[in-house]
Amino acid sequence: MARDKNTLLRDFHEARWDEPFIFEMSVPGERGVLVPRPCEEVASQAGDVIGELPEFIKRKTQPQLPEVGQMRVNRHYMRLSQETLGADVNIDISQGTCTMKYSPKVQEHLAARNPNVTEIHPLQDPSTMQGILEVYYRTEQFLKEISGLDSFSFQSGGGAHAVLANAYIVRAYHADRGDDKRDEIITTIFSHPCDAGSPATAGYKVITLMPDENGYANLDAMKSSLSERTAAIFITNPEDTGIYNPRIKEYVDAAHEAGALCVYDQANANAVLGIARAKEAGFDLCHFNLHKTFSAPHGCMGPGVGALGAKGFLQQYLPVPRVEFDGEKYYLDDNCPNSIGRVRSFLGNFPVVLKAYMWIMQMGADGLREAAIISVLNSQYMTKYIRQIPGVVIHYAEGKRRLEQVRYSWEKLKEDTGFGTEDVQRRLVDYGVQHYWMSHHPWIIPEPFTLEPCEAYSKDDMDEYLSILRQISKECYEQPDLIRNCPHNAPIHRLVKTELNDYEEIAVTWRQYLKRNNK
Amino acid sequence: MQDNKVVYPYIPNSVPEIKAELMREVGVTDDMELFEEIPEDLQLKGKLNLPPAIRDEYSIKKHTEDILKKNINCSDFLNFIGAGCARHFVPAVCDEINGRGEFATAYGAETWADHGKHQALFEYQSMMAELLDMDFLTVPTYDGANAAASSLLMAHRINGRKKVLLPRTMDPDNLTIIRNYLQSVHQENALEIVLIDYDLVSGLMNLDDLKQKINSNVAAVLIENPSYLGFLETKAEEIGRIVREAGAEFIVYTDPISLGVLEAPANYGATITCGDFRSLGLHLACGGGVGGFIATFDDMKYMQETKDLVDGLTETIVEGEYGFATTMIERTHYALREKGKEFTGTGTNLWAITVGVYLAIMGPKGMWEVGDTIMKNARYAAQKIAEIPGIEIKFSNPFFKEFVVNFDKCSKSTADINRDLLQLEIFGGKDLSGDFPELGQSALYCVTETHSKEEIDRLVEALREVSR
Repeated sequence: MARDKNTLLRDFHEARWDEPFIFEMSVPGERGVLVPRPCEEVASQAGDVIGELPEFIKRKTQPQLPEVGQMRVNRHYMRLSQETLGADVNIDISQGTCTMKYSPKVQEHLAARNPNVTEIHPLQDPSTMQGILEVYYRTEQFLKEISGLDSFSFQSGGGAHAVLANAYIVRAYHADRGDDKRDEIITTIFSHPCDAGSPATAGYKVITLMPDENGYANLDAMKSSLSERTAAIFITNPEDTGIYNPRIKEYVDAAHEAGALCVYDQANANAVLGIARAKEAGFDLCHFNLHKTFSAPHGCMGPGVGALGAKGFLQQYLPVPRVEFDGEKYYLDDNCPNSIGRVRSFLGNFPVVLKAYMWIMQMGADGLREAAIISVLNSQYMTKYIRQIPGVVIHYAEGKRRLEQVRYSWEKLKEDTGFGTEDVQRRLVDYGVQHYWMSHHPWIIPEPFTLEPCEAYSKDDMDEYLSILRQISKECYEQPDLIRNCPHNAPIHRLVKTELNDYEEIAVTWRQYLKRNNK
Repeated sequence: MQDNKVVYPYIPNSVPEIKAELMREVGVTDDMELFEEIPEDLQLKGKLNLPPAIRDEYSIKKHTEDILKKNINCSDFLNFIGAGCARHFVPAVCDEINGRGEFATAYGAETWADHGKHQALFEYQSMMAELLDMDFLTVPTYDGANAAASSLLMAHRINGRKKVLLPRTMDPDNLTIIRNYLQSVHQENALEIVLIDYDLVSGLMNLDDLKQKINSNVAAVLIENPSYLGFLETKAEEIGRIVREAGAEFIVYTDPISLGVLEAPANYGATITCGDFRSLGLHLACGGGVGGFIATFDDMKYMQETKDLVDGLTETIVEGEYGFATTMIERTHYALREKGKEFTGTGTNLWAITVGVYLAIMGPKGMWEVGDTIMKNARYAAQKIAEIPGIEIKFSNPFFKEFVVNFDKCSKSTADINRDLLQLEIFGGKDLSGDFPELGQSALYCVTETHSKEEIDRLVEALREVSR
């Protein structure tokens, strides 16, 4: 049996294992693995190491971990993996803003299996880590060219973390200038929530610009918000709507005129690789998510890397240690007196940087540009047909070409059928694709959904996805019963409650669950 | 077949015919028409200046392996560096599961379609809760230092106080991460960090100094157990009493692989336990295999102050079936932007799943045995090293897997000794002389279950030789 050639729909059912919790599989005495034991001589020479400890510090009751043989542990987690739809197994156009591109296996295998990656201690003598440092150094040169900025750090463990580090740099920059009045930052509502959340964590008051009737962050509102208190603007372009703001330079210039820095959130830079850069738009700082734009996988949310870029005059503030090259050997430089110091331990997530390095090397300048072109082409192709699906509305930017993603709306569907974006989202899995991303909060666009068919997806993938959306729209209009209690073909059924907030209903661990249920 | 047009294996629509068809569909004849919203002066003129691409898979693999061959790894040489990143045994099943494409390439989607991911994360939280003897954890953050920093801010939100006390023996790199995190634009909004002295003989926290510094302005006292310098904080129970009597939170930063044999901090008074889980089934990966956890008791006062995402167990419409739902999402900046507790984001969830696998496969017996092996191996190594003339073990207090070796009575500096050890294909312990000058020429040595007697003996012989 194969996918229906006419409808492009599949008769799909995700694995449903009714898998118990690992605790329920426990059989007293079973062992999953044996660990090295000290030889007799070591044991007798060392003596009763634990027995000699003060009483309070000795473990009194063994942790209530499950006791399960190895095959059953492996099988359990294999089953759980089958009940998960990663980008490897579904057409992951759904998670717009996240750039769910293919993570090439050659990169995955090398990063996970090569002992010159897996068995390197980050504090080894630099003479024994020349390969590691070379990869860092070379990847930094690539990102400098791709952004036009002058220096990069790979220490941040994710995109929001890089935005936090950028906020630290903004803080250090103004403090060094003796300017202690600047305690506000400006962002836009369609920029990622971390552009508000991370600077707030660094102590900034956040001003958020709302969109005008065309979907652009209101420029006049920004100009009137700028003052001697503005430390920086943190902004995305194209925003989560996929709309590129052509007047971005005016925002940047206005901010600079007011003495503020300009920070470009390029977590998702897929639309502009080799097309447009932070430098030409005038930005002082930026960051790229290597686990989005540069092909490293998302790992159920990490580990990732937020690669942070800075213009020359801000280079002195970057996290230490810096990877440098003296023409012969690579070395680590800790002697950067103005540096913000560290934001994460050691050198960051090296395996993620390695994957980005390999990906960029395979793509080259032409390939990066092709990735941007195809991702935008794909998105515009899908928009053309999604626009025609009954129930869909596209807010803002009528007649304008959006870039790599679009935030759509089921506003009309909701009016017509009572079913909104959450209902459609629930049904998607019945056709073998992951939940789509609706929107960050608050929902400015009603009943939102955000799709990003990046360069990894074929025309056939997109056509199948379009068929699924068309089919679900049709079902909403014609077969409401089918929608009401979907999903039907997922590992589990519809949740009774989708948000848990009260003490009585909170069970994020097995022991909380047992306690709440008096077991 | 000759064709100059490159078709990229990772870009299916780079096939010229398909690309042309798509361009027709969207009504463009030139690539750049797609980008007509980007003003010309912001468009990149010309091509990025990057090295020639290595397009075929065999060659990119070879190219990268050749660069990496310039490394010397901890299987080539014998490694005794730990310093928060010790090498431990990684069961093959851990690698098998985190290599599964379903997990490796999934992201943040909620519930149904990713049910297995949510169950695996729930089990991570659950097994960590058992190990830590606490009740509540979210998904992890970047590393232990970031977990410690967030724990301190939690304490501040809980009691409104603005000073935190940290041990002077803590990892100086972690300290800079914490300093950054507790800093604020306006000084009056920052948390003040005060370090507590330690006893140079035992390594333990100086309780007089603690008593002098603790007062009703102190939000939290954080101790490390085992400490960065390896020794066990055997006054932890007493410290906890002093801290709680002052109305402050008692935060214990721990190494989870020690907790099969050592008591969970919750049982000697910790109100928040945090740390890095890198010892539980993860490779060194040059510091890539790290992740930070924060655990609390089943008390809203604490639970609602955590910053990262977490999903809880809940019912579906089918009786007896369970699923997972977002829990207290209003804590986070995903829901409330700048009004969230602290920032959050993509952390280290694939490693959390791996830690779950590790704890499941180890079980209580495995965790006891690994702790016992580590302590015996490390004690044996320290005993043997102490027999070398001119070399001393610095602190008198018991330790877990790391200990400070002092070379003051040798004619060589720690740096010289490490350089000579390198010639003998050994990575000597981390040089402490820069960060802890009061310890003289000292190094932090780490011995784990991965070291055999023969390897320890080889180190001892090498130290004997190079310290002469």
